[in-house]
Amino acid sequence: MDESPAEVDVTMSQVAAPLAIEVQEASENDAATGEVVFDLHDVNVYYGQALAVAGVSLEIYKNHITAMIGPSGCGKSTIVRSLNRMNDSVSGFRLTGECTYHGNDLYASGVDPVEVRRRIGMVFQRPNPFPKSIYDNIAWAPRILGLKENLDERVEKALRGAAIWDEVKDRLKTSALGLSGGQQQRLCIARSIAIEPDVLLLDEPCSSLDPISTASVEDLMQELKRDYTIVIVTHNMQQAARVAERTAFFSLDVSEGRRTGILVEYDETSKLFTRPTDKRTEDYVTGRFG
Amino acid sequence: MASVDYSGPLTPTGNLRRRRVVDRLARGSATAAAVLAVAILLIFIYSIVQHGASVISLSFLTKNPLETFSVSGNAPVGGIGNAIVGSLLIVAIGTAIALPIGVLIALFLTEFASPRWAGPVRLALDLLYGLPSIVIALFLYGLLVVGHGQAGVYASLALAIIMVPLIARTTGESLGLVPKELRDASLALGISRWRTTVGLTIPSAFGGIVTGTVLAVARAAGETAPVLLLSSLANPTQTSGSVFSQPLNNLPYDIYNFSVEGGATNFAKAWGAALVLVTFVLVANFTARALHARSRRMMSR
Amino acid sequence: MNSIAGTARLPSSRRFTDRVGDRVLFGLTALASLIAVVVIALVIYQIVHGAVPAMSKYGVGFLFHDTWNGSTIFGGGATIFGTLVTSAGALLIAAPLGIAIGLYLSQLTSPRTAAVIGPLVELLAAVPSVIIGLWGIVVLAPIMRSTIEPALHNVLGFIPLFGSPSLSGSGIFTAIVILAIMALPIIAAITRDLFLTVPSELKDGALALGATRWEMVRGVVLGSMRPGIASACILGAARALGEAIAVLQVIGFVFQAHANLFDNGSTLAATLANDATSNNTTLETASVFYLGVILLGIELLVNLAAQAIVRHYRLPSATGGPTQKIVDVSAAATALDVEM
Ligand SMILES: Nc1ncnc2c1ncn2[C@@H]1O[C@H](COP(=O)(O)OP(=O)(O)OP(=O)(O)O)[C@@H](O)[C@H]1O
Ligand SMILES: [Mg+2]
Repeated sequence: MDESPAEVDVTMSQVAAPLAIEVQEASENDAATGEVVFDLHDVNVYYGQALAVAGVSLEIYKNHITAMIGPSGCGKSTIVRSLNRMNDSVSGFRLTGECTYHGNDLYASGVDPVEVRRRIGMVFQRPNPFPKSIYDNIAWAPRILGLKENLDERVEKALRGAAIWDEVKDRLKTSALGLSGGQQQRLCIARSIAIEPDVLLLDEPCSSLDPISTASVEDLMQELKRDYTIVIVTHNMQQAARVAERTAFFSLDVSEGRRTGILVEYDETSKLFTRPTDKRTEDYVTGRFG
Repeated sequence: MASVDYSGPLTPTGNLRRRRVVDRLARGSATAAAVLAVAILLIFIYSIVQHGASVISLSFLTKNPLETFSVSGNAPVGGIGNAIVGSLLIVAIGTAIALPIGVLIALFLTEFASPRWAGPVRLALDLLYGLPSIVIALFLYGLLVVGHGQAGVYASLALAIIMVPLIARTTGESLGLVPKELRDASLALGISRWRTTVGLTIPSAFGGIVTGTVLAVARAAGETAPVLLLSSLANPTQTSGSVFSQPLNNLPYDIYNFSVEGGATNFAKAWGAALVLVTFVLVANFTARALHARSRRMMSR
Repeated sequence: MNSIAGTARLPSSRRFTDRVGDRVLFGLTALASLIAVVVIALVIYQIVHGAVPAMSKYGVGFLFHDTWNGSTIFGGGATIFGTLVTSAGALLIAAPLGIAIGLYLSQLTSPRTAAVIGPLVELLAAVPSVIIGLWGIVVLAPIMRSTIEPALHNVLGFIPLFGSPSLSGSGIFTAIVILAIMALPIIAAITRDLFLTVPSELKDGALALGATRWEMVRGVVLGSMRPGIASACILGAARALGEAIAVLQVIGFVFQAHANLFDNGSTLAATLANDATSNNTTLETASVFYLGVILLGIELLVNLAAQAIVRHYRLPSATGGPTQKIVDVSAAATALDVEM
């Protein structure tokens, strides 16, 4: 629905030769030693009666960039939105299995979803700046959270952090809607980091951006992972290969007339792209999918 | 850097506890407002049924108000027979005038008008819609009644003016839902515009036309200002006169008149008439809603 | 239309009827549209025309001078004052409640609940005003007299507005309550439709920053919809300004301008209903029409203002009002979020 097939095709042809992909080295953040932020165990997600995603188990590590890839409709957004309880607002949404964050069950009864989202920020596919000034876009959340001291510095730091300060510092009072798409998306990232969350969830943050904006957002992610744990959903396999230490490949299980998303393989990015253990992964990353 | 201990329990930190209270209060108030609105509706209905149900009888519905003017037991003698007949006549004539005009205007706007012509017509419709019924009544009073006297049909005209923008808008909305390709296909086959319109477009939008008309009728039936100025001086003992030359008694005027005259008997009659009128209005609204839902479903198939 | 003959060869008789038919259809639709335009022009003309004797006798002073003695001297001041007071009062009550209901239906409850409550709120707008007036006389007025007015007088009596309670329960304040009930569903339905247009991405964006639902509503929904809310309130006020019958039933009609809300009064619309038919002199008739000119002017202005706002900000058309625009809440609300 939100993905044009054409775009996917382009991506496929770009990765036709898997060995040509430059893979992010998982050196400094060795998966084995990383602290676990999210731990999913046998997670199933339902929308009403329909089982959308089944049996997902994975661990997401601190200060890593974790990518989620897979064909459209396989449940990447569903899983990533489950991590900060954005799906609470979808009627019929139900999650079973274990889904913990720093050892705390995200779906336990005493959990306040507002608190969860305060710690786990999210940036969406389409840039969604508020119809307010650039400054107020950033300052809005700190204000309501009571982080009003040194607000100007906080805004500047967030904008610098999102690598957009130089472009907007002279027009902070003008409407954010006047920015370009790439600028808007970085503004949305700045908005998220202004409240200093722990995790950033990025659901296809570059899919509505041009290549130059995409590159700037990718560079930004490398900067951000020093301070944040990042989960990124992407259709662009090269992007996953460029930025992520670990990659999860989701696919669709179409048996018995149902379409259920499953996690096929989850591993270090270099391994997943060069030595996949599953045939389906190999087909997908080499472009033989479908 | 962190102002929060991220690995702590996922319960409110910082000012969230206070913000949650504000959140709950605000949502509670909004819910209370919605409950209040529904409560008011239910209180209206309850009051009308409570006071009106005991009044309703065959003789109340068929007799005229001043045949006798006494109370036997608790029930008033005399009734709203000629008011029901008068209302039916006045509204029927008003609808007969408003329906074709409203549909034709909607057709003009969707099928024929260039933006240059659609603008003024839309504006006129919106202004007509916004005119208070008392102003429309005063207009016709000055135009027709002064020097000539009242007539039921004048009230019909006023109701027609009230109904036209309602019918035109609902019709326009459902005409807009008729797929353009359908019309284009028909025109491309060499079928003339009027045949396409009469044979294809209007039937496709039929549900919307009926919905709009039913709603407009429900609204018109309860309009009091027009009948007060244009058809209120009926001879109350008379069963019915000519709608074209005489004022006719009618339900809204009866309710108004009984309510301002006051006294137990009059209030009882007013409630009885109100029950009849409100039943009609509510049934019409539910019908329109059901029709609307149905035509929506048919359209979307 | 049984033959789909194509363009090639139509019998000439049919081509002739088609040409005539097309013209006739166009002519009829254009004529009907012309009627609408002419009627609005005629309304304005006729009412101004009827007012001419009073206008030339009293001029603009009519607006300010508040004697209406029934035979010789006529002034609209008291009535205009009553109109402004009652409409402002009604709006003061109905606007916050109506907006709250709009928020509740569009943002704060499940689509399923909204699909039940929404139509009920709209039904409130369908209750004929004469019946609301009857209810006002029989049910509301006694409560006003015995409970509400004395209570307000005891607490707020130091403000001249809340003077000594009325003896009958009818009066300006009762009219305000009745008008508020009438404006409420209009404001509620229009703001609900308005709020449903807020993109869910914006709402998600606010929630993802750790805002509560109310903070999201305040920051994103109310914040971005101020012009639309204003136009909804204007249309609610227009309803109150123009209501004649229910006001006439409960206001305890007198020509009088005074501060006490619990006392009797009059409004433009109510005066038109009360005096149009019961006049004695041509001058009184003309004076009633003069009041009509004022009311018509206010209403046209108010409606044009609401439309101008809608056009300027490209809002979804808000002039529909709840009685004729049935919004399929369940369909519109599939994009709507509900926090669990
Ligand atoms: N709100 C919802 N209600 C019902 N079903 C939903 C909802 N959101 C998603 N789904 C279903 O869940 C499945 C997974 O959807 P999801 O959006 O998570 O896929 P995705 O992997 O993000 O796809 P894409 O790459 O197109 O974004 C799909 O079959 C979709 O139809
Ligand atoms: Mg997605």
